[in-house]
Amino acid sequence: MLSLTGPAVSSRRLPRLTLTIALATLVLVASVASLTSGAAGLGVGDLAGALLGEGLSPRDRIVLFDIRLPRLALGLAVGASLAVSGVILQGLFRNPLADPGIVGVSSGAGLGAVLAIVLGGLLPSTLTVTIGPALVPVAAGLGGWVTTLILYRVATSGRRTDVAMMLLAGIALSALAGAATGVLTYLADDRQLRDLTFWSMGSLAGATWAKFGAALPLMALALSLAPRLARGMNALALGEAQAAHMGVDVEWLKRLAVLSAAAATGAAVAVSGGIGFVGIVVPHLLRQAQGPDHRRLIPHAALLGAALLVLADLVSRTIVAPAELPIGILTALFGAPVFLWMLLRSNQFRRRQNA
Amino acid sequence: MLDLRDLSVRFGQRIVLRDITLQARAGELLAICGANGAGKSTLLKAALGEVPSQGTIRLNGHDTALSRPATLAPLRAVLPQDTEVAFAFTLGEIVAMGREAGAFAAEPEVDALALAAVGLQGRTDDDIRTLSGGERQRGHLARALAQVWEPVAPSGPRWLLLDEPVASLDLGQQLQVMRMARSFADAGGGVIAVMHDLNLSAMFADRMAFLIEGRLAEVGSPAQVMQAPLLERAYGCRIALNRGPVTGPWLVPQACVPFPLA
Repeated sequence: MLSLTGPAVSSRRLPRLTLTIALATLVLVASVASLTSGAAGLGVGDLAGALLGEGLSPRDRIVLFDIRLPRLALGLAVGASLAVSGVILQGLFRNPLADPGIVGVSSGAGLGAVLAIVLGGLLPSTLTVTIGPALVPVAAGLGGWVTTLILYRVATSGRRTDVAMMLLAGIALSALAGAATGVLTYLADDRQLRDLTFWSMGSLAGATWAKFGAALPLMALALSLAPRLARGMNALALGEAQAAHMGVDVEWLKRLAVLSAAAATGAAVAVSGGIGFVGIVVPHLLRQAQGPDHRRLIPHAALLGAALLVLADLVSRTIVAPAELPIGILTALFGAPVFLWMLLRSNQFRRRQNA
Repeated sequence: MLDLRDLSVRFGQRIVLRDITLQARAGELLAICGANGAGKSTLLKAALGEVPSQGTIRLNGHDTALSRPATLAPLRAVLPQDTEVAFAFTLGEIVAMGREAGAFAAEPEVDALALAAVGLQGRTDDDIRTLSGGERQRGHLARALAQVWEPVAPSGPRWLLLDEPVASLDLGQQLQVMRMARSFADAGGGVIAVMHDLNLSAMFADRMAFLIEGRLAEVGSPAQVMQAPLLERAYGCRIALNRGPVTGPWLVPQACVPFPLA
């Protein structure tokens, strides 16, 4: 069995403001780079001109406002959501290895999204009209929510989360959701099948303002809820009983945490498919740099997640241009080794402690 | 007052605590003693609502079963036997949590004083998980102490509930921690400590509650509880009692029940 604890981190930490400014700058740089690279020659100068109100050619206007800007907005929102939902899941499970992709929350959200795509037509039209384009994100959020509840039930007893149980339960839940998704694929008609294929490729390609708008409410809900959980999450690191004795309403905290993690993951998965490892790499890097205090970790994770995803998207659409590498491949390529390394370190740390 | 009435705990078929009625008063250090498995820690956990129990628990008049964590946290702080911390928090962050988690005002001076009270001043930047067992235990004690720093609140006395506070400490640290608990009680707060060490309990406690197999066998002053027949029954060995000039009654375990050699 693996230990709960991650690797020991040096207590030398960056001053708070330095890190915040650095991360904000990184987001800005990534955003400008993302807006100014691509097939259409639209450079930094054009961008500055557009900001100053100088005219752009109609073609450039479309490239900037209808292609690159929505893609950037979606990338920022998805990156922030995935990173923050990683932080929340890790705080909830008291374990730095919890990631929405690894523990099955993304798969559950994916099943919800596929259900909505394939069976959404069966819903009464009054409902589909009210929810409209938000149907897929909301269904994905529900799928992620149910998965997280099951996961928490299986993996956690009052005092502690068993890492092995959490990862195994994640495998089982992913398999189950994958199988159900497979069944639904058989039921899908041609048009739905095309939607599914595009969706499951896990990419920010085809970003539109409509897509962004559909996912935004859930993401905004999760991202505005998350900072309120910070103090309770800190206390929860000492276990549920201790958190309660320190004045935290643990049941309420857990419910909000599950809700916001599921909403963030669900919305991100619904609009971008399976982009993995952002939720584990970003919090890990930040804990190294600033320590585990959730009051700083949550906002910083949102910034770093947004910047990293935009940069990953930039690489994915330029490295094999004019083709595009699915961004999920890229994040896994960098994230999976980090995950393995953390696993190794946590094992060594446990041995040292037991020695 | 912490008022326990007819408290019973069962784990499945096994009755772990039976009809415990016990009052702990403000201004007093109450030691809960007994052999291993007598139910000492379970009694503390039941009083905290960590294990389900029958009976009623009132803290300063609040029925704790009906109270929200935020109501109880300003009144009492808890030191568990062992706390596993999930992330690499520093000692300073852990101690600050005692106040911050429950939406009290953060008070860095209080945190520093609490750390000094357990002999860990100047260690605020250490990763809690790299500390030794004894240092960790004292670090969490400082957190509990910071949470209820003023022994008496405007609304009534505050409480420290300690589960084996000196278990992994050396002799000097044991005395330091017990003196700290003593002065909290002397200043008007209430302290309930689950204790393994009868001599330390007798030295520092106003009253001792002695459990045998889930029942409250005796409650009273150390002189009342430290009686050979009771202790011999509880521990299954012969016991000689002495009286120290400063320490009050103290005991020496005599020849224990001989082991069969074959």
